[in-house]
Amino acid sequence: MLWIRYVCVQLNRATVLWTNEKGDTTMIKEVNNSVSVDDLKKFKEEVLHKYPKKVAKKRDKAILLNDPETPPQIQANVRTVPGIITQRGCTYAGCKGVVLGPTRDIINITHGPIGCGFYSWLTRRNQTKPETETDENFMMYCFSTDMQDSNIVFGGEEKLKQAIREAYELFHPKAIAIFSTCPVGLIGDDVHRVARHMKEEIGDGINIFGFSCEGYRGVSQSAGHHIANNGLFKNLIGRDDEKRGDLKYRVNLLGEYNIGGDAFELERVFEKCGINLIATFSGNSTIQKFENAHTADLNMVMCHRSINYVAEMMETAFGIPWIKVQPIGADSTAKMLRKIGQYFGDQELIDKIEEVIADEMVAVTAAREKALKKTNGKKAMLFVGGSRAHHYQNLFEELGMTTLSAGYEFGHRDDYEGRVVIPTIQIDADSRNIEEITVTKDETRYNPRKTEEELKALEAEGMEFNGYEGLMPQMAKGTLVIDDLSHYEMEKLIELYKPDVFCAGIKEKFCVQKMGVPLKQLHSYDYGGPYAGFKGAINFYEDIEMIACTTIWKELKAPWESETYVEAQYAY
Amino acid sequence: MLLRHTTAKEIDRKALTINPAKTCQPVGAMYAALGLHGCLPHSHGSQGCCSYHRSALTRHFKEPVMASTSSFSEGSSVFGGSANLVSAIETIFSVYDPEVIAVHTTCLSETIGDDLTQIVSKANEDGKVPAGKKVIYCNTPSYVGTHVTGYANQVSSFVKFFSTATPKKRNVVNLVAGWMEPSDMREIKRIAKEMEARTIMFPDMSDVLDTPLTGHYDMYPKGGTTQADMIATGDSKFSIGIGPYTTEDACIKLENKCKVKFETVEIPIGLKATDKFIMSLSRHANVPVPDSLTEERGRLIDMIADNNKNFYDKRVALYGDPDTLIPLVEFLLTLDMKPVYIVTGTPGKHFDEAMTAMLKEKVPEAKFMSGERADMFRLHQWIKQEGVDMLIGNSYGKYIARDENIPFVRLGFPVMDRPGNNFFPYVGYTGATNLLIKILDAFLDHKDRTCPEEKVELVM
Repeated sequence: MLWIRYVCVQLNRATVLWTNEKGDTTMIKEVNNSVSVDDLKKFKEEVLHKYPKKVAKKRDKAILLNDPETPPQIQANVRTVPGIITQRGCTYAGCKGVVLGPTRDIINITHGPIGCGFYSWLTRRNQTKPETETDENFMMYCFSTDMQDSNIVFGGEEKLKQAIREAYELFHPKAIAIFSTCPVGLIGDDVHRVARHMKEEIGDGINIFGFSCEGYRGVSQSAGHHIANNGLFKNLIGRDDEKRGDLKYRVNLLGEYNIGGDAFELERVFEKCGINLIATFSGNSTIQKFENAHTADLNMVMCHRSINYVAEMMETAFGIPWIKVQPIGADSTAKMLRKIGQYFGDQELIDKIEEVIADEMVAVTAAREKALKKTNGKKAMLFVGGSRAHHYQNLFEELGMTTLSAGYEFGHRDDYEGRVVIPTIQIDADSRNIEEITVTKDETRYNPRKTEEELKALEAEGMEFNGYEGLMPQMAKGTLVIDDLSHYEMEKLIELYKPDVFCAGIKEKFCVQKMGVPLKQLHSYDYGGPYAGFKGAINFYEDIEMIACTTIWKELKAPWESETYVEAQYAY
Repeated sequence: MLLRHTTAKEIDRKALTINPAKTCQPVGAMYAALGLHGCLPHSHGSQGCCSYHRSALTRHFKEPVMASTSSFSEGSSVFGGSANLVSAIETIFSVYDPEVIAVHTTCLSETIGDDLTQIVSKANEDGKVPAGKKVIYCNTPSYVGTHVTGYANQVSSFVKFFSTATPKKRNVVNLVAGWMEPSDMREIKRIAKEMEARTIMFPDMSDVLDTPLTGHYDMYPKGGTTQADMIATGDSKFSIGIGPYTTEDACIKLENKCKVKFETVEIPIGLKATDKFIMSLSRHANVPVPDSLTEERGRLIDMIADNNKNFYDKRVALYGDPDTLIPLVEFLLTLDMKPVYIVTGTPGKHFDEAMTAMLKEKVPEAKFMSGERADMFRLHQWIKQEGVDMLIGNSYGKYIARDENIPFVRLGFPVMDRPGNNFFPYVGYTGATNLLIKILDAFLDHKDRTCPEEKVELVM
């Protein structure tokens, strides 16, 4: 009698297949790489039963099968259940880290214990390029009051004042911003009072303002964006009326943070078209650009979630209409430029824009065709931000890739279902905590850039003002939309569907890769980029092609693990 | 210039920290908790803390770092975070199923005054903690001490919750590991094995933060000190605390609780600190030092002697954590280098005394500072006043190194822009040779790039 043992190992899960004389065998089920919409339906059942009842009930409303025609109502911008491993950060991160972080000539002082300032020090890759060697640039510096226990007990206002004095003595900045961390609100330090006091004490035209962006204020970074928007409007926008540069085609780009040089690429494209970019909020920005932003004639909103409040406020106060743009993906960058042409309605500009698009698309098309050979038909999942999980689907579409599942870390319902649902969104206690500022028409400077009739005519031509259709209409029917994805759900997604690329952030990066799936970071771009605009699209095609062609993923099994070998021994 | 506003002129700062050489307690607690097998660190505070700490650790180790959070809202900040923690405990055990949850506090929950002892015992009473599972905790207010303190507090909590003395002592030495890389812990265990000493290391991040890529993800990797070993530390005959700032408190607690005597040594970075560690282990484990280690030592000496001209009298600026800086300064002095500027944001007398003792005669011009406002801005100002030949510290030094055009060796936490911390140890004699090679590479690459063309040498 001869016993033969086959050893077969797949993905590090060893299963021994015994074949005896009767021919009985056990097999490992193959991971199926082709995922159908029906398969996606299983996901929810699979994950929910693991949660405690209350948690399952809550998550049930945040995990949906998409319908682009009539987007289902998703639960978003609500508290994460304690204990759930979430991607989300805090209000401070949204305010100091995201919105105010990229401005190079404001001294941003974190008022609190050292950690918050330390972690937000240069970790978001906001690039900045001062115009001269001597221009102010504080981006590489981290300023903190480094609160100690005595400051918690006796209050930290005096230390904050002294810190501001020292910052001024050392650097003589034009502006100082103060960011509150969790304990500040609890012990009752009033950063706004300190700001007013120090502005008066220092004089010299210095601008000092505070943000009540304590980490606990909202359910995610999103609250911090809102607080930052309010602060930008109250303390910076509209302080400088001088119209500089070309008076034609003056625009602002809102919600662009110059990660990996995105803003540089968009600046290049605008300049090439003869479009005068007054301010970017806030990639590669300066105080003066913010102060001057109200002299623009059109606001373009890129990251809707983090900056739509500023667009709204500027429209109310100064009469500047806003449109949603998505300069992520070559086609949608072209679409953005055409919208600008249409808005200004000047044939010279329209022609120039078409010329630029034609010129840029030569290299884009070549790069796309090259990449398509490797990327076509592959599958992606995106869980990031409040707009990136939407915008980057443009680039994947251009690469012939399908998005199986996507969702935001800190989006609201309008980022999923479109702004039409805003009136139906219930304001809960967490949102009520965030200051709403009342903005009215600026008495002297309100100037509607377009008359009602002009706007109507443009709308009739297909332009949409103050609108955003959200992520759901772009995604295919039956794909999975998941808000505030938990670590457990992420593991399940990968286990069940094995996407070709998973897009998220640094915290997710290495667990996904341990599972044998490449992760593309869409916060930091894995230290590549830019990905915006035309050149950015080319970079992205190349990077995704690189991911599709990376061969190391095929070497996960050692030869002795994957070989079927035969051990035999004679039995007498 | 990147740090274009930094000038040589110092002012007497009393409140403003600029470019800190430290961060806050909870990240240290989170790191240490990963060194217990099957443990999920839990941050009792708002989400941002957990997110920031996980990001910082992930950027450094390039490895998954799992931790959960109590996700405080404004309401929990007003009424206390008890409900959040109890609900978190229930959710964590049902969804993520760790053996142990290691809760640490944040400045938020500390300022509110949440009482962890009471909250956790309530969770236990209410049956939220499944049989055989455990919730441990430590206080890590961010406004006291630094990340180093947080690490120490977490290690002490292991002793508090696990170490147990039975009537039977075992011939085992506890190696209480201070803040090191997983590769360093692996190397220390190798040295102990080479010496045939019976040891228990805690915490132990090797095989946790340096796991292989296999296509399968384990939330709780195979490494980490097991609970059984952690309990048994109470029966060991001696503890060696490796790095006084991070381990002395745990050693004291273990002595008080289980009568395990201890001594603390510096982290074995460099020749003399390694000598001291090996002698301590040899004495307390009662094992001889094998020839193999003496030979490793000899190879290190050989390399130092061969390259002496590149080390002698070179001025070095350093920043980082005291447990790293003290043996590192000692090593630089062994190499006849001159550590002239040293800062650490972590306060403590031991650092000041050790620096005074080491530098008073050999480098009388040296400046050093610890605690509040002992920051990298100050270090840079000193460098502006009189330059240095080399800078050693975490990734944030790259801006100074570029502006001042000085060779830069990355060492400490966090190193986010270069991989390899979890591969090549810096401890032990072999680790010291790794470090020497890094120092030499930095010097010689710099020379090759910047010297006049006619001075470029093939043999160096």
